[in-house]
Formats: sequence, structure tokens, C-alpha cells
Amino acid sequence: MSWAETLATAWDAVRSHRLRSLLTMLGIVIGIASVILTVGLGQGAQDEVKSQISALGSNLLIVSPGSSTSSEGVRGGFGSASTLTLPDAEALDDAEAAPDVKAVAPVTTSNAQLDTASTNWTTSLVGATTTWPQVRKREVATGRFFTSEEVASGAKVVVLGADTASELFTGPGSPVGETVSVGGTALTVIGVLESTGASSSGSTEDDTAVTPLGTAKSLTGSTSSSVSTVYVEAVSDEALPAAYQEINALLLNLHGVSADEADFSISSQDSLVETANATNKTLTVLLGGIAAISLLVGGIGVMNIMLVSVTERIREIGLRKALGATPSVIRRQFLAEASLLGLAGGVVGIVIAAIGAWGLPGLIDQPVSLSLLATAAALVTSLALGVGFGVYPAGRAARLTPIDALRSE
Amino acid sequence: MSPSAPVVSVDGVRKTYRSGSIEFEALRGVDMEIEAGEYVAVIGPSGSGKSTLMNILGCLDVPTQGSYHLGGEDVSTMSEASLAHVRNRRIGFVFQQFNLLPSLPAWRNVELPLMYAGVPRSQRRERAARALERVGLGDRLENRPGELSGGQQQRVAVARALVTEPDIILADEPTGNLDSGSTEAVLALLDELHASGRTIVLITHEHEVAARAGRRLTIRDGLITADELVLATEAVR
Repeated sequence: MSWAETLATAWDAVRSHRLRSLLTMLGIVIGIASVILTVGLGQGAQDEVKSQISALGSNLLIVSPGSSTSSEGVRGGFGSASTLTLPDAEALDDAEAAPDVKAVAPVTTSNAQLDTASTNWTTSLVGATTTWPQVRKREVATGRFFTSEEVASGAKVVVLGADTASELFTGPGSPVGETVSVGGTALTVIGVLESTGASSSGSTEDDTAVTPLGTAKSLTGSTSSSVSTVYVEAVSDEALPAAYQEINALLLNLHGVSADEADFSISSQDSLVETANATNKTLTVLLGGIAAISLLVGGIGVMNIMLVSVTERIREIGLRKALGATPSVIRRQFLAEASLLGLAGGVVGIVIAAIGAWGLPGLIDQPVSLSLLATAAALVTSLALGVGFGVYPAGRAARLTPIDALRSE
Repeated sequence: MSPSAPVVSVDGVRKTYRSGSIEFEALRGVDMEIEAGEYVAVIGPSGSGKSTLMNILGCLDVPTQGSYHLGGEDVSTMSEASLAHVRNRRIGFVFQQFNLLPSLPAWRNVELPLMYAGVPRSQRRERAARALERVGLGDRLENRPGELSGGQQQRVAVARALVTEPDIILADEPTGNLDSGSTEAVLALLDELHASGRTIVLITHEHEVAARAGRRLTIRDGLITADELVLATEAVR
């Protein structure tokens, strides 16, 4: 009997028990769909992190305060804000000591409530210097950014992020020239930043308010010279490692500590991508593992139903044997049935995963990217599950003796 | 096969069933020969061993001892796969329970043995249709067993037994599940097949059914106790 005939016979059997076949497939369907979606979610998250970080600029180094534990187990710095200061940032902007550094942008970050006459909005208040737009690759859409004189004098001016501006000023006119107040201090809006584009993970890039560094400090009542982060732009992508070395040496020298006791950390976008991906990978493996287990359970479901099917169709098997079906023909028929169930489950699972990939991002605000490779692998897996879990029931059917099979009621 | 050789030749066949420590001898040395074109009834009460004999004649089971030649071939020592081929080529079964597959239309049930024989798809439908015409169901090709009466179902089963042109037709209590009208129709069909030269072995416990055959073998306690020719007048009753 040819494979085509075997498949046709198996298809007849699958079709004549429609409900049972559907229920059997369900386990495979759920397993395959969840594996594809989990991998797709992981991949989507990685892609997004990559694009977010590359939006920062590829020649950017981020210096953060923070202590790394020294070899003796002693914390190198106390607190997180005190170890990086404005003088540190100024020292980095030195063409002699750090020739590979192009621009330095120290920032302070805090949360603040902005009030207008009619409404208020809480956002992240960034204190910055004039280099901020260049280093952070931001443009001003309307109005202007503040000048070095305004930074020096601590002028009461603010540049709003696109989202912040639209939250505070709903009217048709430009917010430039309007006034917002923070804790009673009135600030003049002098500009609105260009939007960075919709970010699906609710990033705060467009929800921000930028003031001169000194202004931000006086608004938050801080008198120290510490800053939250220092963004450093290297002269080129290739100069990034050299810039890293220069910054590291300068800051260690300024702080008077050894490399082991460094009370700051320098990261590039590569290291950020790596860290983010490592986290994502762990999650993907975890969720993928759970999905794989559900796939295994689906396979066992196929075996279970096939065993029931063998018992239930014992007379049919006996008859087919009496009419001339050899044990291997019977084995192949039941194997083909199990494979068909597995494969059909896989196909339906892929369809559901595709629907999920289309609908899910709108629901959970996470992108899903389906890969062809994962889909092909899922298809092969579902077929393999059908074959793998069909072997035992098919063997049982093949071993039945025709008289016992015919005699059973 | 030379014309003089019998189709069925059973020689000293014993069959012992073992269930735990209990042994039961269902056949205790059966000898019989059936010539081509004969219509033989095997009759005996239940428990006499006639089902066991039927299983061995049908190559569904092998004897514990003795030999069985079917169409000149020794089938008593064959593997299960070879037995399947012998059943497919040489034997047409008609069962008491009809044993049709309920999901398949009549002609698909009839073509099953042809499929296992490797007959190409294109020829199968035609041959199945001819066999169904032969049993008077030429207009019921597409009907599923559930849409046919018991008598019609058994005639589909007879068509399935005929379709491979087997050496013998083995009918095991073919009328056991039928009313008297259908019984008569099925028996008349067997008469007709016999008249056209088919070798038929009919297993039954009913004397009226056995009376249709030309020769009657009586089996009792695992032994053949009588082998007699049936007079045509007796068949008429």
C-alpha cells in the first residue's frame, strides 16, 4: 500500500471522528501557539531594546554614579548621587586630557509637578547644560533651547518634551512664551522638543521638562554639586574605547581611588544592549520552557487518544487484518493518523500564533516578531510529536491478533 | 495448482488453548479435504470447535499441530505478514456481524481488500461496482452501511468477499443476525455463487442453513464426526 493510500485512509479516520480529532489537536495547538508567541515576544523585546538604545546614538558613553564593591567587600562610595559631580563633568570636557571626548552633558533628574493656571502634570525634570541637545540627539521643534548665559545665571526657563507640552497646553496656540510653575517658582516656556516618535513601551523620552542645571537644583532645593548622569559623546564610533579609557582614568584620578574601588560606572550602548538582552533571554528561555512542557503534554494527549482509538477500533483493526492488512500496514495507518493530528495541530497553532502576533501588541503594549525559523521549527516539532507519540499506540494496533480483534464486542 | 489437488487440505490438525495452568484442546485431530467448486457446510453446536476450525481455515490462526494446505500452499507455519497476504489473495470472509466500516460507503467497503492487494485506485472502483452489481446492490454504491438493511449489509459483505476472486469463500454464521426474509436472500445468493463455480465453506449451527450445502461436515468435541453428502431433496425440506 502506497504512502498516499495510507495517508488517505488516515485522513478518513481523522475526519470521521471530527470532535475527537479537534480535541486531540488542541493540546498541540496550544503548545505550538504558545512556543511561537513566547519566542516572538522575546524577540520583539530584544528588537525594541536595540532600537531604543541605538536611538541614543552609537558613540555615546553614559557615566553613572554608583559604587562597585571593592575586592575587600567594602563599598567604594556612599549613596548614589554624591559620587559624580559637576566638576567631574567639567574635567571630562578637556581637549588635552581627553582628546577623544567631543561633548559632555551632565544632567540631574528628578520628578516634579508642573502647574499651569488650568492644569498640572507630573514629569521628570531634567537639569542640563547647553550641550544636552547635541549629546542626546534631540532637536527643538518650536522656540529655542536655553543659552549658556541662561545656564550660568540659572534663568527661570524650561524646554518641554512634546508629550508634556500637549498635556499642559491643550489650546491651539504654541506654548512658547507661556508660564508653568514648579513649587511656586514660575518658569517661562522657551521651547518644545521634537518628538522622538511613539515608543511602545511607554518611554519617558517625550514626557520631560528640561531646565538649566542650576535652575533644576534650586527648584529641588539641592545645594550639592552632584549630578545624576554624565552623557559623553565620543568623536566617533571608533574612538569609543579610547574615550572610555580616558574618562575612566580621569575620574579615578579625580576621585583618588583605584580601579577596584571605582565609585562610578561607564556603560556604552553595546553593554546596555547586552544587559537588556541577557534579561530578555532568561525570560524567553523560562517562558519557552513552560510552553515546551505544554507541547509535551499535548503530545501525551495525542498518545492517550490514539490508545483509546486503538481499543475502540479493535474490530476495525481485526477486519482490516482479515482482509489482508499486514501488521506493518496497520502500524503505518495509525502512525499516519497520529502524524496528521500533530501536523494539523501545528498548522492551527501557527495560525493562532499569527493572529496573536497581530492582536497582542495592541493589548499588552509589547511588540511580537514572528520568525520564519521558529515557525518552521514548530511545524517540524508538531509532526515529530505526532510520530513520536504515535509509535506506541501504532505498535499496539499492529500486534493485535485478528481473531482477538474480530471477536471483541 | 493441478486440477486434481484439493483447495483445502487439513491433516491431523490440533489446536490447544492455554489459559494460565488450564489447557483446553479445541481441535483434537481434524482431517478434511475440500475440492474446488464444492459447497461445504460445517455444522456443530457451540463449543464444538467449529469457530476454531473456521479461524484456522481462514488463516486467522495457526494450528498447534498438524498441517493445513490452502491452494497447495502450506500455511500452517507462515509468519503473520505472509498469512495476511494469503488471506488477502485466497480467502473471502463473510462474518455474522457483517463487519463493515460504518464511515465508508458500500463501494469503499468492498474495495478494501483490493487496496491491501495493491490494485491501482483506478481499477478498484470499477471492480467494487461489479461485485456490488453481482449481489444485486448496483444502485447502492454510495450508501453507507447505516443506510442499508441487515440483509443488504450482508450482501455488501458478500461482495467484499467476492471482489478479489478468492479460492474459497468462508462464511461464518452469515445468517445469524438476519430475519428469515434476509436469510433466504443471502442463502440464495450463496447458492448462486456455488452454481457459478465458487468454493464455499459455510459454518453454522442451524440445520436448515446447512441443508443448502452439497456436503455436510459435523463437528463435535473437536473432532469431525460425520462427513455426508446432502440430497437435493433434503435441501428443499
